[in-house]
Amino acid sequence: MAVSFTVNGQARVVDLPEEMPLLWVLREGLDLTGTKFGCGIASCGACTVHLDGVAVRSCQVTLGEVAGSSVVTVEGLGTPDALHAVQAAWIAGQVAQCGYCQSGQIMQAAALLAENPAPTEDEIDAAMEGNLCRCGTYPRIRAAVQDAAKRLSGV
Amino acid sequence: MKIARRGFLFGSVAIAGGVAFGWWKFATPYANPLEGGEGAALNPYVMIDATGVTIIAPRAEMGQGVHTTLAALVAEEMDLTLDQVRVMHGPASAAYYNSAVLGEGVPFAPTDTGWLAETVRGAMEVPAKFLGFQITGGSSSVPDAFDKMRLAGASARAALVQAAAVRLGVSAGELKTEGGAVVAPDGAQLSYVELAEAAAGVTLEAEPALKDRADWTLLGQSLPRVDVVAKSTGTAVYTADLRLPDMLFATARTNPRLGGVMKGYDASAAEAMAGVVKVVPVDGGAAVIARNTWAAMQAAQEIAFDWGDAPYPATSAQLRAVLEASFTAERRDSVNRDDGDVDAALAGEVFEAAYGVPYLAHATMEPMTAAALLKDGTLTVWAGNQLPTQILKEGAALTGLAPEAVTVHTLWMGGGFGRRAEMDIIRQVVTLAKAVEGKPVLLTWSREEDMTHDGYRPAAVGRVRAKVEGGKIAAFDFATCSSSVVESQVGRLGYSVPGPDGAIVQGAWEQPYRFAHHRVTGYRAPAMVPVGSWRSVGASQNAFFHESAVDELAHLAGADPVEFRLSQIDHAPSRKVIEAVAEMSGWGRAVQGRAKGIAFCMSFGVPVAEVIEVEDTPKGLRLTGAWAAADVGIALDPRNIEAQVSGAMVYGLSAAIGGEISFADGMAEQATFWDYPPLRMPQCPPIAVRVLEGLERIRGIGEPGLPPAAPALANAVFALTGQRIRELPLGKAVAFA
Repeated sequence: MAVSFTVNGQARVVDLPEEMPLLWVLREGLDLTGTKFGCGIASCGACTVHLDGVAVRSCQVTLGEVAGSSVVTVEGLGTPDALHAVQAAWIAGQVAQCGYCQSGQIMQAAALLAENPAPTEDEIDAAMEGNLCRCGTYPRIRAAVQDAAKRLSGV
Repeated sequence: MKIARRGFLFGSVAIAGGVAFGWWKFATPYANPLEGGEGAALNPYVMIDATGVTIIAPRAEMGQGVHTTLAALVAEEMDLTLDQVRVMHGPASAAYYNSAVLGEGVPFAPTDTGWLAETVRGAMEVPAKFLGFQITGGSSSVPDAFDKMRLAGASARAALVQAAAVRLGVSAGELKTEGGAVVAPDGAQLSYVELAEAAAGVTLEAEPALKDRADWTLLGQSLPRVDVVAKSTGTAVYTADLRLPDMLFATARTNPRLGGVMKGYDASAAEAMAGVVKVVPVDGGAAVIARNTWAAMQAAQEIAFDWGDAPYPATSAQLRAVLEASFTAERRDSVNRDDGDVDAALAGEVFEAAYGVPYLAHATMEPMTAAALLKDGTLTVWAGNQLPTQILKEGAALTGLAPEAVTVHTLWMGGGFGRRAEMDIIRQVVTLAKAVEGKPVLLTWSREEDMTHDGYRPAAVGRVRAKVEGGKIAAFDFATCSSSVVESQVGRLGYSVPGPDGAIVQGAWEQPYRFAHHRVTGYRAPAMVPVGSWRSVGASQNAFFHESAVDELAHLAGADPVEFRLSQIDHAPSRKVIEAVAEMSGWGRAVQGRAKGIAFCMSFGVPVAEVIEVEDTPKGLRLTGAWAAADVGIALDPRNIEAQVSGAMVYGLSAAIGGEISFADGMAEQATFWDYPPLRMPQCPPIAVRVLEGLERIRGIGEPGLPPAAPALANAVFALTGQRIRELPLGKAVAFA
């Protein structure tokens, strides 16, 4: 049965199995490939998206569960021509190496800052704990989250 | 080999790369792979069409920033900025052979710049060229490209200037280049784009001169990475993100007893599942081809396999026993260093210690992924791979096509660390492409398949016997044993390499320590579990053995570990990185409840010293600081070098604290990030890196930041707790917060 939900502000109707994880609906049903597959068991955070404003692992949410909801992916957060403050901070801080985890990192950070505009270092660490980076970009992620907080608060 | 068409193009400019540029013909027996494509291919690294200049950066971009740095080499000489060029991997071609990767495979220490060592290094460039291996590895991309790609840029610039001189009727000496154009004395500009076709026909009389370093505007600067916007907006295309019309999606499962046979399987349940197209046998297992990856992964779990036994000892204890039993004369692989008379010097009471490290998985963030299409007598492979020319060979062999009928598209990689120098998934995806001829198929491994099917960092054992006299190491007998990475990895490609495997003793034999009696012996254990190049290769284990032992000896001598090292190293750049990291970290300044450890390792010719600080907390040991100093000779992009050193430390610390692949019943016991836990953000200390430029030659930095991390941490743990841990991962012996 087709499922209706909103992705990046657009109404979408998807005719795929209801038990299919949102991750694969996005990547292969809607060709929104910015959201990455890293593990499928919520251990790495590469598939993080916003579901009704909350950061979730899209590998753990089924298509059926998002019916009527609003999903935002990294492509909807901002674009190369209209960057979100978190993305601008990531670019300014030259965070990415391989970059594969960064969509998830950015979505996690954006959700954190939406809820807590001025997080402490410990709060940043705690919020980002579920997002792995094998290239070891954590120090630059930390700095970029703080930079993004400043950008968002207009300081 | 065609370059993708884009925008309006100048027809096909059939320029002979070999003829157009004197240096290029001299330097390579290979045809320019861009020739015959669309656009003016000035040489294998520079192509100009109506939309501008494209630079081919023919090394795998797996995160190390190589596209940015290699493109800058060319752009610098062409007086371009990086936002004026497009950078791509380009075709798989022998023209992009890597000479530097073999240049260090010689039995001369990187500190040896004497006549004989340099002559042998130079000779090693010849076989690399004729092997035609386009390889990314060994921290060799920058040393290999430093002259080649600057010459490519300078040659292209010289040809453009000469074409402009002819058109303007002036001498080339009166022209300058700026912003993608040749500028005439009167200020008139001819753009590179309008000159490209004529430039392609220019024959240069002499090798163009390279810019002096003082005139560099890009090199030596921290440049924005060419991929950073794409990688921050979800628009970067990795192999996993490739989408083609009628694409099918697949996953594979092969015998978890690596190299064991697949005796049979029952896929009836899998084949009946929704979305499944077919189940296809692959070497050692089977793959499910489906309408989407999720359906393929679900179905693959429903295949009942009958696996054969592992062709190696089935448990970690048995594998370790083989290592312990391999310190024999028959298994002695190399004695690259034997100064003084070690046996005589080690008579009587001596220090003895044994160290061990486990197998390690690469665990790239993007699991193994590859796509292929077999259609109309041609094979196209899309993959992020460190050996693209090998894909041409493998693709041809598996399909019966000529290598010329095979095209490889190299895409950005979600991490590599040596894992993507393997052909396993490439062979699988070509097999699948044959099974669904005419349709593209994208093969993605599950995390579990990826973790349990690797060419692992070998488990290894180190044994040190030594004697301290007068506050110094008087005699040092270092023995190390592992299976051979070269034998295993190159063997999987169908080659055999004669002679000793330098990787077994890498990070030990070439260290700039000067002990009066000093021997380094490598023992080659039999081939067992498949092993491969894992970031920094042999140095990853040997630095732990070596620098733990040196630290133990420092304490035995009652000496400060920094002073102890400095007193026995005479190589100036190595001394400077140790002095720098001591100064940066506030070495010797006690902080209540904390302690620091230092380690040093020269790998890939790069001396690196690191200090780690730990603190005792109720939840366990916490890393409170990390400092590194590294000497790369010439720092082309300081911020990127800092990122590589810092990232390599994190990769090394992950392994040091929690990394272990153990075996039971012939199978890896770790399959996910829960049981093979990398460092997470709260565990990552602040990291400071200093980049020095004291070496005589330029060096690569993708790997050298890794080896000192584990011993620096182990030495810090000792300094804090008095507990000397000689086995990795440390997390098995002490709790980390």
